[in-house]
Amino acid sequence: MTIGIVVFPGSNCDRDVRWALEGRLGRPTRFLWHEEHDLGGLDAVVLPGGFSYGDYLRCGAIARFAPVLEEVRDFAQRGGPVLGICNGFQVLTEMGLLPGALTRNRDLHFLCEPTALEVRPGRCGWLGAYGEGERIILPIAHGEGRYQIEADELQRLEERGQVVLRYARNPNGSVGDVAGLCNERGNVLGLMPHPERACDPATGGTDGQRLLAAALTAFA
Amino acid sequence: MPVFHARVQVSLRPSVLDPAGEATRAAAGRLGVHGVKRLRIGKAIEVDLEAPDRATAEAQLHLLSDRLLANPVIENWSLEINEAG
Repeated sequence: MTIGIVVFPGSNCDRDVRWALEGRLGRPTRFLWHEEHDLGGLDAVVLPGGFSYGDYLRCGAIARFAPVLEEVRDFAQRGGPVLGICNGFQVLTEMGLLPGALTRNRDLHFLCEPTALEVRPGRCGWLGAYGEGERIILPIAHGEGRYQIEADELQRLEERGQVVLRYARNPNGSVGDVAGLCNERGNVLGLMPHPERACDPATGGTDGQRLLAAALTAFA
Repeated sequence: MPVFHARVQVSLRPSVLDPAGEATRAAAGRLGVHGVKRLRIGKAIEVDLEAPDRATAEAQLHLLSDRLLANPVIENWSLEINEAG
């Protein structure tokens, strides 16, 4: 199984994702430059963290029009597994593949720290290895990670089991403590924490490695 | 073809917290301006658009504002259009 990693001008976690998937898990990856159209032979796609196109206007607002994302949208709509990490999550909301928006952290600080998360996997294919309510620790690193959606829409997401990752102690003011969301079908996951930065016991633990390994085994 | 000047005003929806606006409001107090009850930060975007007529310009600017310049999930926008001389 080969995993595509989208690279926008301004992406900065693309190599970390490759290191995690290839170096730690032995899965082949292919970088997908933002102007590419060919997703042939890929079994999953990751939108990595960073500052796509400088994040001018709003985070992810310009990336949404990247040529490669036309193909990623089709891939997701056919049920292909898509993972958006941090800026990748912001891009998925701007594209409309996930609802809501990510806004400036409540206290304005850029937050860079390990966070405890509660997993509610529901039907999310990326998190099938976890039990309901299991706790994991992943690092966050963002200035604009405060999830925002109207209260009635949040309630609908909760009822449908799409709020799959929650902060145990909300660091940024996200409504509903939302740290990660999946689409209704369960194949698209967006999350602010960085699983690729928790793949080595020496730097940030291995909960991210477990998450990625379990998901890729499930999709293979 | 005529050019239309537009000014698109983007503001956070009232239900969305504006921590940058709150920080600025606090600074207003430190400046000695104590009466500021509300301060919300938005964006003003100026656009010159070439279009055959006003109706076309309006339609294009609506599309631009709603799909790119603002994110309706968190922002409202309003539009002022003037035809250039």
